[in-house]
Amino acid sequence: MKRDTLGSTVDPQTLGVRGLNAHQLLRGADLEGANQPAHLEGEELEGYVQERVVTTTLNSAVAWARSNSFFPLAFGLACCAMEQFQTAGPRMDIARFGYEAFRASPRQADLIILAGRVSIKMAPIIRRLYDQMLEPKWAISMGACCSSMGVFNNYALVPADKFMPIDVHVPGCPPRPEALMHGVLKLRKLVQDDPEQGWRERYDAVGTEERP
Amino acid sequence: MSPTEDRQLSDYRRREQSITLAPLEDPLLPADVEGGAETTTELLTLNFGPHHPATHGVLRLLVTLQGEVVLDVKPVIGYVHTGIEKTAEDKSYWKVIPVVERMDYLSYYFNAMAFCGAVERLAEVEVPRRAQYLRVIHLELNRIASHLIWLGTSALDLGSSSIFLYCLRERELILDLFEMSSGQRMHTRYFQVGGVIEDIPAGFEPKLREFLKIMPVRADEYGAILNANEIVLQRLRGTCPLDQQTLLSLGVTGPLLRSAGNPWDLRKADPYSSYEDFEFKIPVGTVGDNYDRFAVRLAEIYESVKIIEQALDGLPEGPCITEDRKVALPPRHELATSMEALIHHFKLVTEGFRVPPGEVYHPIESPRGELGCYVRSDGSSKPARVHMRDPSFVNLQALAPMARGGYIADMIAATAMLDPILGGIDR
Amino acid sequence: MPDATGLELLAQDLGDAALETVYFREQATIVIDPGEVRAVLQRLRSKGYAFMAGVHGVDYYPDEPRLGVLYELLDMARVDRVTVKLRVPTSAPEVDSVTPEWPTANHQEREVYDMFGVVFRGHPDLRRILMPEDYEGHPQQRDFPIGGEPVIFTRDESKWLEARE
Repeated sequence: MKRDTLGSTVDPQTLGVRGLNAHQLLRGADLEGANQPAHLEGEELEGYVQERVVTTTLNSAVAWARSNSFFPLAFGLACCAMEQFQTAGPRMDIARFGYEAFRASPRQADLIILAGRVSIKMAPIIRRLYDQMLEPKWAISMGACCSSMGVFNNYALVPADKFMPIDVHVPGCPPRPEALMHGVLKLRKLVQDDPEQGWRERYDAVGTEERP
Repeated sequence: MSPTEDRQLSDYRRREQSITLAPLEDPLLPADVEGGAETTTELLTLNFGPHHPATHGVLRLLVTLQGEVVLDVKPVIGYVHTGIEKTAEDKSYWKVIPVVERMDYLSYYFNAMAFCGAVERLAEVEVPRRAQYLRVIHLELNRIASHLIWLGTSALDLGSSSIFLYCLRERELILDLFEMSSGQRMHTRYFQVGGVIEDIPAGFEPKLREFLKIMPVRADEYGAILNANEIVLQRLRGTCPLDQQTLLSLGVTGPLLRSAGNPWDLRKADPYSSYEDFEFKIPVGTVGDNYDRFAVRLAEIYESVKIIEQALDGLPEGPCITEDRKVALPPRHELATSMEALIHHFKLVTEGFRVPPGEVYHPIESPRGELGCYVRSDGSSKPARVHMRDPSFVNLQALAPMARGGYIADMIAATAMLDPILGGIDR
Repeated sequence: MPDATGLELLAQDLGDAALETVYFREQATIVIDPGEVRAVLQRLRSKGYAFMAGVHGVDYYPDEPRLGVLYELLDMARVDRVTVKLRVPTSAPEVDSVTPEWPTANHQEREVYDMFGVVFRGHPDLRRILMPEDYEGHPQQRDFPIGGEPVIFTRDESKWLEARE
């Protein structure tokens, strides 16, 4: 069994690049003669670069990294929390997308999934939790009770929009794990495409960022 | 020590034997007791805030500590108070069912059962036998699902996150069954006044039998994992015991009371919905400590499986909801042919059925204890008062006596074994 | 439940404190004089009803006296239930607390206080339990408004947006 320098026994032929590392690929070590990058000009050179290098803006790269690694806050209020557990469970596995690290402390989390009904006693506490989270932070309102008033339209509940900015509302009572996943993936798309985190424009809150 | 032994001992072993470890073993004993160190009389009040990973929902605990020993626990609740009972006064009886289901959000069928039972008593509606058996099947499935989440979250509190994921896997199977029979995974509106809304579909029985074959095997696995785990046993054995008398005076029922040795179970004592047709045992504990509470609930899963098997084997033919058209919707095919059916349908959907005035209290056995529904009717189509005697609300009063004198970790284990559901506590 | 005759005998035993008995749908209720609640419950305890299953609050608006408190008692040995009911007007909503003898009534009486405004004399810690501490009003009373947010349908949305400006 032939091993390469890292101890791997995978046959480089099957990889199709004859056992070269990224550095060598960049310098075109798998090409011969006239195809070497030193001999390419103009359009051919551009084509060569496009095949081997991904260019992007720093914003996009950071947005890509942030959106694929949300740390949700382990926060469940009522029935929707049970479906949130199921989303983290084996069948509808939220870990497939990278979001399984539910943090207990708001300082370490960047996504708060409001799962359940928000009563008037709980609203200031949730606001305080949201304030304790560090920027950038996003909020998903899961379920009908926090998005609108849900099944209960009475004196005891507050819709989440009244006291904190929400990025994605997920309807349902309780929303299926698939529905919550759809909402989280929508948020992922939102963060990837709009690194400016559009909620500040929507809520007329431009200029409220914390400056160091 | 004889000189020969002295030579054989190493230097380290000799030094080890000269140290007395007693004061280090129990630093909180008062100084005058043998082996004790100096104590501090400074008390610390710690707030286990509503947002805490170990409080099973938004329960706030004000804990007074001396060192790490808990002197007093004051629970503060109300953080998920939804005014369900007030909302229920505003809706017709069949519309109250989905609202009331959301109280104790892990045992939704039980909330619906208590309410439907109370209204059926008031309106003197007879529930057909097939509907009673279907109700029992769904109630016991819900009991298993509730105990699985309890097991998962309690194991998570004690430190084992794999059991949490295993229990969620089993619960997915149960939620699939619920989805088959009613279309929804949780809060299914399946129970209606007079029976159940629809008969079970064709594939339900084989799928349920498959589940019943799997569940005891899995429960054995969980029992084997947890019972062999030294940490779990040390945390649960002997911690936070409470005797029967204290529990009875605090109004505690359910697995907590049964773990202290009192075999009170409403399914056996005062059977409702044809529970008297089934043979099952009531697991009862001896000491009343955390380990007994855990063992009793784990054993209840097996008993529920037995009940479902018997119900499925003996499922009678017949209607799945009462034939009284003043209370239950007529089947759709009748609407095309019968004028009365059309009128009944219209009246039931728009106004709802009227219930004769009176007050009734209907208790059932939920996974947490006695769940009772008090309904007062004033003769109109909306209830005048719906009040649930929620078992978690009353059981929460037992947390303080349980946790006093133990360490914080014991209090966390006691909260886990208490199985509080804040939706039921706060309503 | 004691049957109808058993209920009558029980009420006779309580003497003047029992104002009325109701036997409805095979459930027994004794309506008592609010001042005698502790004595009545002790007497029933001596008869075997040693477990208090629940305390309910009711608002009988517009019938006076408006506020009712119901105590559910259970005899575990004979599987017997009896309900003890008392009614107090809103002008004098005071009832003796039974918490010293029945510790289970602690949180439940606080809930009745919070939701209806019935003040329990002698309760060790009578504060609001479900609503915030500084909330005004007793929500479960029948003349308390249900509250809530207005539902904005899409067809009315433009009207609402105009009204905001």
